[in-house]
Amino acid sequence: MWQFFHKLGSPKWFFGIATRFMPWLLAIGIILLLAGLVWGLAFAPKDYLQGNSYRIIFIHVPTAFLAQSIYIMMASAAIVTLVWRMKLADVFVKAVAPVGLVFTFLSLFTGAVWGKPTWGTWWVWDARLTSMLILLFLYGGTIALDRAINDEKSAARAVAVLVLVGVVNIPIIKYSVEWWNTLHQPATFKLTEKPSMPVEMWVPLLLSVLGLYLLFGWLACLRMKTEIVMREQKTRWVRELVMAGRG
Amino acid sequence: MNADRRPALKPVSESVGPIAAMAAVFARDVRVAFRQRQDLLNPLLFFIMVVTLFPLGVSPEVAFLKQSGAGILWVAALLSVLLSLDHLFRHDFDDGTLEQLVLQPQPLFLLVLAKTAAHWVLTGLPLVLLAPVLGVMVHLDGNSIAILCLTLLIGTPVLSMIGAIGAALTLGLRSAGVLLSLLIIPLYIPVLIFGTGTVAAAAEGAPVGGYLALMGAFLVLAVTLSPFASAAALRISLSNS
Repeated sequence: MWQFFHKLGSPKWFFGIATRFMPWLLAIGIILLLAGLVWGLAFAPKDYLQGNSYRIIFIHVPTAFLAQSIYIMMASAAIVTLVWRMKLADVFVKAVAPVGLVFTFLSLFTGAVWGKPTWGTWWVWDARLTSMLILLFLYGGTIALDRAINDEKSAARAVAVLVLVGVVNIPIIKYSVEWWNTLHQPATFKLTEKPSMPVEMWVPLLLSVLGLYLLFGWLACLRMKTEIVMREQKTRWVRELVMAGRG
Repeated sequence: MNADRRPALKPVSESVGPIAAMAAVFARDVRVAFRQRQDLLNPLLFFIMVVTLFPLGVSPEVAFLKQSGAGILWVAALLSVLLSLDHLFRHDFDDGTLEQLVLQPQPLFLLVLAKTAAHWVLTGLPLVLLAPVLGVMVHLDGNSIAILCLTLLIGTPVLSMIGAIGAALTLGLRSAGVLLSLLIIPLYIPVLIFGTGTVAAAAEGAPVGGYLALMGAFLVLAVTLSPFASAAALRISLSNS
């Protein structure tokens, strides 16, 4: 157990593992996402109320899922940074924050596109939308703080504190649709209950969510590898890697 | 800034209890502030001026002001707290007092709590006291003004507490001012929503007990948790410099 823990903290070990897993993450991710999207966009039945416009759900829900869970992952990594000072946790937070920002933006954007035909407006100031907007600001804040501090270690720990403080927003987003009366419909998926939509709709949705998760895993590995090489450029193994790459 | 006008932090020995240490830090911050009275006055002037901008810039009509007055006052109060946050640790950081605070045997989060409490007494509380006057100027009725002051009384300490985290995180950075706003405003939004929501509910004659209870919950959360985050952030910022 402890040996595994130590290995996990070693950038070099992670670099090797990530290199081995990345093709699989990419391949399976693309297959699942494509299957989910093609099924959802072309073959799933029409919604009796919203017609074809509901089909953006197959993009909107996966991005919104990722936007929130990337923040939770960052918060978990932030705890690891503050408690165990593990290098990889810093690398993770720094590498995925911009990805989270982009996914949050995409979910807001697709939400706006979906809102126009169904609610008749691009934007409403309701709880769900506003708290997603706050999430976007929080991602922006972590990135800005990270850029502002020159010292790598202090930056990582300062960002970790900020990420943890921002966690209060996550339950607000999660439950805003249940606590307040909003235009936004309640959660599509719940672990504890049977989905309220027919099988032909939720299976492709589930596929695209899983596919996007795997693609995020791939992207996170790629960005973390880049960050590791940047940070460890003076170590021998990185130099050997670069020399070998040059052939 | 004149260094010899700032009283030195009295050495606090191990035998001094945490409460006494907190009281000493609080008293010192208040004393320092009263020796630089202009710093005390600036957030208040800013508060008044921002409120003035709305009738001039948007509309001086009574109907508009009645409806948005509470929101205007809340936004102005939020901005002036935000503006004053830079002072919270900056001077102590520059002259080394902060390092002495970190080295005290008493838990740092308690001392930070005392400092933040002093910050609220010096900036938040005057805003609350000034709010009724401005409330009359934006044509709020008596009941709304009372509720508004109550929400500000509960809300401004939360603003100071959350703000202390941001001030501690951005300590010693070059573009600290703008960065501080970027980090803190997202966290202020819930307080603002519930603060103005309470007044709006009161104006419609709806019960406000639930709103006030939620704001009280914010306050309890902020007082209990934020000093730990601020203290951690202070240690990081100090190790950075």
